[in-house]
Amino acid sequence: MHPVIAYVIAALLVGLGVYGILARRNAILVLMAVELLLNGVNLVLVAADTTVKAALPATGQAFALFVIVLAAAEIGVGLAIVLQLYRMRRSVAVDEVPLERVP
Amino acid sequence: MNVALAAAMPLAPLAAALVGFLLRSRRSAAALAITATSAALLAAVILALRFDKPVSDGYRAADFVDLTVEFGVRVNGPTTLMALAVGAVALAVQVYSVTYLRDDDRYAPYAAQVSLFTAAMMTVVVASDLVQLLIGWEVMGICSYLLIGHDRRLPEAPRAAVKAFLVTRVGDVGFLLGIAVLGYHAGTFRIDDVLAHDYTGAQLTTACLLLLAGVAGKSAQFPLHTWLPDAMAGPTPISALIHAATMVAAGVYVVTQLFPLFAQAPAALTVLAVMAAITMLLGALAAMAQADIKRVLAWSTVSQLGYMTGALAVKAPGTAMFHLLTHAAFKALLFLAAGAVIHAVGSNLISVTGGLRRSMPATFAATTIGLAALAGLPPFSGFWSKEAILAAAMDEGTGPGWLVYVAGAATVALTGWYATSLWLQVFLGRPRSPAADHAHEPGPAMRYPVLLLAVPAALLGFAGLAGGFVDRLGPGAEEVGHLSAALVVPLGLALAGAAVAWVMWRRGRAADVPARALLADAFHLDAVQAAVVSRPVSALAGAVRRADETAVDGAVLGTGAAALRSGTVLAGAHRAALPRAAGAALGGALLLGLAAILLEWVR
Repeated sequence: MHPVIAYVIAALLVGLGVYGILARRNAILVLMAVELLLNGVNLVLVAADTTVKAALPATGQAFALFVIVLAAAEIGVGLAIVLQLYRMRRSVAVDEVPLERVP
Repeated sequence: MNVALAAAMPLAPLAAALVGFLLRSRRSAAALAITATSAALLAAVILALRFDKPVSDGYRAADFVDLTVEFGVRVNGPTTLMALAVGAVALAVQVYSVTYLRDDDRYAPYAAQVSLFTAAMMTVVVASDLVQLLIGWEVMGICSYLLIGHDRRLPEAPRAAVKAFLVTRVGDVGFLLGIAVLGYHAGTFRIDDVLAHDYTGAQLTTACLLLLAGVAGKSAQFPLHTWLPDAMAGPTPISALIHAATMVAAGVYVVTQLFPLFAQAPAALTVLAVMAAITMLLGALAAMAQADIKRVLAWSTVSQLGYMTGALAVKAPGTAMFHLLTHAAFKALLFLAAGAVIHAVGSNLISVTGGLRRSMPATFAATTIGLAALAGLPPFSGFWSKEAILAAAMDEGTGPGWLVYVAGAATVALTGWYATSLWLQVFLGRPRSPAADHAHEPGPAMRYPVLLLAVPAALLGFAGLAGGFVDRLGPGAEEVGHLSAALVVPLGLALAGAAVAWVMWRRGRAADVPARALLADAFHLDAVQAAVVSRPVSALAGAVRRADETAVDGAVLGTGAAALRSGTVLAGAHRAALPRAAGAALGGALLLGLAAILLEWVR
């Protein structure tokens, strides 16, 4: 397989994620877009591990594993926040979150 | 032994002052103050009797790299006489004050302050080091300030106290700089070493002129004389001690002690002669038009101090010392007697007195002696010292000598006029108020100090005939005790002044001085001082304060306010909804990436 294919797919995933983060109003969908973004990066790490000669072998794969674990933790916290937001405001639209300080 | 005695003179009153500030009870405060002052006087008497040759001793108090400061004592002839005068007047004033301030609930701190003043004055008298002298000099200024402001019921007292302090401070700056110049070039502040050091002419002239500024401030010489008449707001015994006998004469005493330096600085002596001539005439003219007994005496003190500085200017420090001593005796006497009159009639004004000769015979006799000495009538003490000064001025023969002689002779006539006029208006004629009608002699504690001071005021002049006494006065006392035919001129002038005063009084116009308002206000010099010095300085101070408040404080406060405002603006920018925040973050990342590429491409 040509390495360019993996890089192009990764770029598409990152672009899709960025678009999702910027365009979606639903917090759940924003979180999913973040996951896409992360996975795009993961794909770059893994692909680069096989195509670029690194100082240490298999570093990209190890990094990708780290990112997966962190993403799992992050999505747990993120979903908990979204759940709490829903309980407080009956809405998970990110642009309706009040930003003014409550005295 | 002599050193221990000399050290005891300042230390005994100092200890009494430090303890006295803690006391509340009137009786113990009075006992402590009188005991300590008596001890100082006793030490002064024994020292004067035992004194045979000048001694100087001290310990090194501070050692800077090239400069040493010593605390010690330095005893010579004038020192013994000055210490005697200070001790005697201080004791008389302490005893007198017990009765004079009978109804004053702040007597205890007052007595302690007088003790502190005595200690400071004694320090100036025996100081062996210029820095030690300066300490005593400044403590005297503080005591003067505190004691002028003692009577808080008088509206003018706080103002007069501040004025006295500030005006003398102006001179003291010069005094401090003069000491610094002397000490810097000699490498030491010890007076003996300073006198022995070989200065250049410019250094000496600078130092002497600077010292003269301090002397003018402390000894109320023109143009820094304006504080002394206002200082009469203080209690009368204070006027007798500080503002007549001792502190105001301290400047003259310091010049006599440092005279070898002044003798080599003719420019400084010429300035001193002009200052003295103006001061003596101005003081006498102003004294003629005052309506207040104490202010008459205050202006006459200014005038008499002019005589002392005049004697210094004609290179006769011993003669100045002689007039200082006789003046201390008769002016302290006059102030204490005036205090008795004020006590009796309840007012300072001459116009409410009159005819006190019958009701207050002892005070009358004492004041007569004092005023005769002031006017320079023989055989009272002032006659001898004033003659000696005029004879010394005449012998000097140069321009400054003649200036001092002419001004001095004119002042003799004016002094004869105002002394006689005061005497006639207060003691002769008829009582001019009910209070004067019912006046009576004060108690013994006020009567005896006055009567005892009358003895030196009357007889001290004859000491000038004794060779031993004249030797004690130091150099420049050749004219003391020698009478010549030239004395006819001042004596005639004094008698003429007295006769004019008598004629005016007989016609019932004793107070009708020509240009009375101008003289009473001393040629409006206070207003001149306010316009030339006080107001510009106040305006400058106001401007500096405003600049400080707007520029300096503004910079500090503005920094804080600006940080707070920009923080608020930034906080508002950060409070963005998720899409915008994420967009900004990604945009930032994009920018960084572009910048990295651009940099790479440029390189």
